[in-house]
Amino acid sequence: MSGPLFANALVSGLLLAGFYAAVSVGISIAFGMLDVVNIAHPAFIILGSYAASIANASMGADPIVTAVALSPAFFALGLLLYRFYHATFERRGREPLRGLAFFFGILFVTEVALILAFGVDYRSVTARYIGTTWRLGTVDLPLRLFVPFVVSVAMTLSLQVFLSRTFFGRAVLAVGQDQLALQLMGVDPVRIKQIAFGISIATAGVAGALLVIIQPVQPSLGREYIGLVFAIPVLGGMGSIAGTLAGAAILGVATSFTATFFGPSWAPAVSFGILLFALAFRPSGLFGR
Amino acid sequence: MSGPLLVAKGVTKRFGGFVALGGVDLSVGAGERVGLIGPNGSGKSTLVNCIAGTVRGGGSIEFDGHDLAPLPPHRRIRLGIARSFQIPRPFASMTVLDNLRIPLLYAARAHPLLQRSRGRETEEALSILRQVGLEAKAGRLSRELTQVDMRKLELARAIASHPKLLVADEALAGLSASEVDEILAILLEMKGRGVAVILIEHMMRAVLQFSERIAVLVVGRKIADGPAETVLRDPAVERAYLGQ
Amino acid sequence: MKTSSFTAIALCTALLVAGTTSALVTNDYFFSASYTVLQFVVLATAWNILGGFTGYVNFGSAAFFALGAYSSIVLDKLFEAPITLSILSGTAVAALVGLGMGYLTLRLRGVFFAIATLAFAEVLFTFVVNWDYVGGARGAYVVLQGRPPLGFRSFVQFLFAIMALMAAGAVAIARFVQTSTLGLGLAAIRDDEVAAECSGVPTLRLKLVSTTVSGGLMGMAGATFPYFLSYVEPHGVFSLSYAVNSIAMPLIGGMYDWAGPVLGALLLGGLQQVLQVNVSADWNLFLVGALLVVFVTIAPHGIMGWTFRRGRRARPT
Repeated sequence: MSGPLFANALVSGLLLAGFYAAVSVGISIAFGMLDVVNIAHPAFIILGSYAASIANASMGADPIVTAVALSPAFFALGLLLYRFYHATFERRGREPLRGLAFFFGILFVTEVALILAFGVDYRSVTARYIGTTWRLGTVDLPLRLFVPFVVSVAMTLSLQVFLSRTFFGRAVLAVGQDQLALQLMGVDPVRIKQIAFGISIATAGVAGALLVIIQPVQPSLGREYIGLVFAIPVLGGMGSIAGTLAGAAILGVATSFTATFFGPSWAPAVSFGILLFALAFRPSGLFGR
Repeated sequence: MSGPLLVAKGVTKRFGGFVALGGVDLSVGAGERVGLIGPNGSGKSTLVNCIAGTVRGGGSIEFDGHDLAPLPPHRRIRLGIARSFQIPRPFASMTVLDNLRIPLLYAARAHPLLQRSRGRETEEALSILRQVGLEAKAGRLSRELTQVDMRKLELARAIASHPKLLVADEALAGLSASEVDEILAILLEMKGRGVAVILIEHMMRAVLQFSERIAVLVVGRKIADGPAETVLRDPAVERAYLGQ
Repeated sequence: MKTSSFTAIALCTALLVAGTTSALVTNDYFFSASYTVLQFVVLATAWNILGGFTGYVNFGSAAFFALGAYSSIVLDKLFEAPITLSILSGTAVAALVGLGMGYLTLRLRGVFFAIATLAFAEVLFTFVVNWDYVGGARGAYVVLQGRPPLGFRSFVQFLFAIMALMAAGAVAIARFVQTSTLGLGLAAIRDDEVAAECSGVPTLRLKLVSTTVSGGLMGMAGATFPYFLSYVEPHGVFSLSYAVNSIAMPLIGGMYDWAGPVLGALLLGGLQQVLQVNVSADWNLFLVGALLVVFVTIAPHGIMGWTFRRGRRARPT
């Protein structure tokens, strides 16, 4: 194993890890804090990718600009989706698997709708920084990985600040644990959950725009990310943002090393394999609740 | 039978940093009627869960001479422990009758899957339903029952598993006076069949009416255990209740 | 009706249908379409044993289907095994994997189990794609040699007859599970697993039986697939359409009864066969997904839930 190869695999892994954190932080919120098994989360990521790609192709818009501009729309989409989900599934009580089947249906329908609308060809974006690579000694720092890394970490850290420092944020943290206490404080738990879920979907949209910077996307790519999106919170501990970062680091580096030393066709199995392993042995995660 | 039926020694349970049970001893003899009381959050339900096995705690629990530690809940039930849930948990998609067939088939039989039962348990199910006054509703879906009837169904299910020890977890909460009497009558009847009962309750009149012995849990520890008159005059118990 | 009588009737009906259609119908397309619909009867029935009866959602139906298909491919490459052996081995392999996977994941909450099944399907897919012996991403050919056996005019008719028998068998097994003590225990697990455990139901053991039977039957459905298509490649075998259909069909037909998946498979499967001719495969899939979402929202007990007030037939006592 050569030094530079190892170093590059490690750096790519860490850069990817930042992006993976952005991809999965939404599930950490939706599933970890709100107990909503939004298995359709990757579908919203891909929607974000397509939005960025279309804006890029038609207006030359930078994907990150598109992401920021569209996040209110994704937030609203999340609000509405949660409203519907809550009214239809949560109120009726004990049938959580109906919600699961519902989201699976959404995931599937979104994928097929994208195929019908845009076909199965890969789409990508162009931007000034995508072709550029910085060098730090023997290590390559491709900007198409580095820029998403920076945006992802910024987004994840601001979410952490929001959750721990603002009233709404702390209400979100509380709603998963003690709804009654919130109600006694005059706060409507359903509204809080709506907002949290809206944030969850908004992060998915942003992550999608970052994804299309890193690699070309096609409609069925979402499915490959299901493993990742759940593996990271399970590994790192549901509902913990620090845990999400830790889990993302493990997964990013593992995927990068697998791709470098065993070939890229094995990479999708890494996230799912790690997920199975984590589920089999540590379902409450490293920072378990 | 030699020695008490249930011997729990030093039972502990923590949830994260919170100590729900800090070392509780409890013994119950065959056919005994024990009342278990204590303020909310004192660990009564946790103790039930530890005995039934739905929660893993520290300490040792022996039942009928068997060490319970390696046994999953369903094995403990088959040994003769039955518990009713504080908030009734009927099998919602099934009829009242089918709700009873399950413990009759799985808890009370030696080899449930290898037998061609074909309906013998139905007669016994109807007989138990008669005892609790639910026979007329045997064919109704359990989710359509009233609260009181669901409580009765909980007890009926527990009885159907042919227990030696029945733990009734707040079976009387929210019931009217006559409903309380109905349920208490069923529980008092258990002694006649040699079934020991642990009654977990807040309603003091019911506890006094029912118990031969009372144990008091406060903040995860047992502070008193003995005949009703002694326990209720215990200054520690008075403090625990007056201090609330 | 006793199980043995029902099984006999089911198998005889299958033989009768296969025999008469083979004699009277000459259009091979009919047999090809009917094979596919019956294949869905098996898949939906199998899925529902774990899904509707036990309450555990399996998103990885394709993986078990593929295990059946690929075990046939391996046996064919090894020594051109006869079809009966392939079917047995496909069922056995899938059943064993179901048991193993169940053992690893059934201690988890239902939600984690469902995610684990999805993960399992993806991992298996990656392995198969990288496994050159079975052709990897390029796929594999399995060709039936010589004349169709037993006097059938074409191999498709023969395979249709086999699938009809398998459907009858799967349905008989599902009915047996539903009406037996095992089925009562599974229903208790579905309704409230903790309460079931506290009523003496050995939940882990029963769940393992459920995954084993369910997985095995799905593998059985896949075992004849390579013979049917002659050419099999991973993307086709692992297609998400198997996962979506095996959930949608029981959901639409009714999940609490053995007849629900049959109804759902015949309706939805038949509909797809009709649409396939007129409409692209993707619109087809869109329809299935949309029906899944609609039904799970407004009619989670399916068609049988509307027609029978209790959504479940009374069990014989």
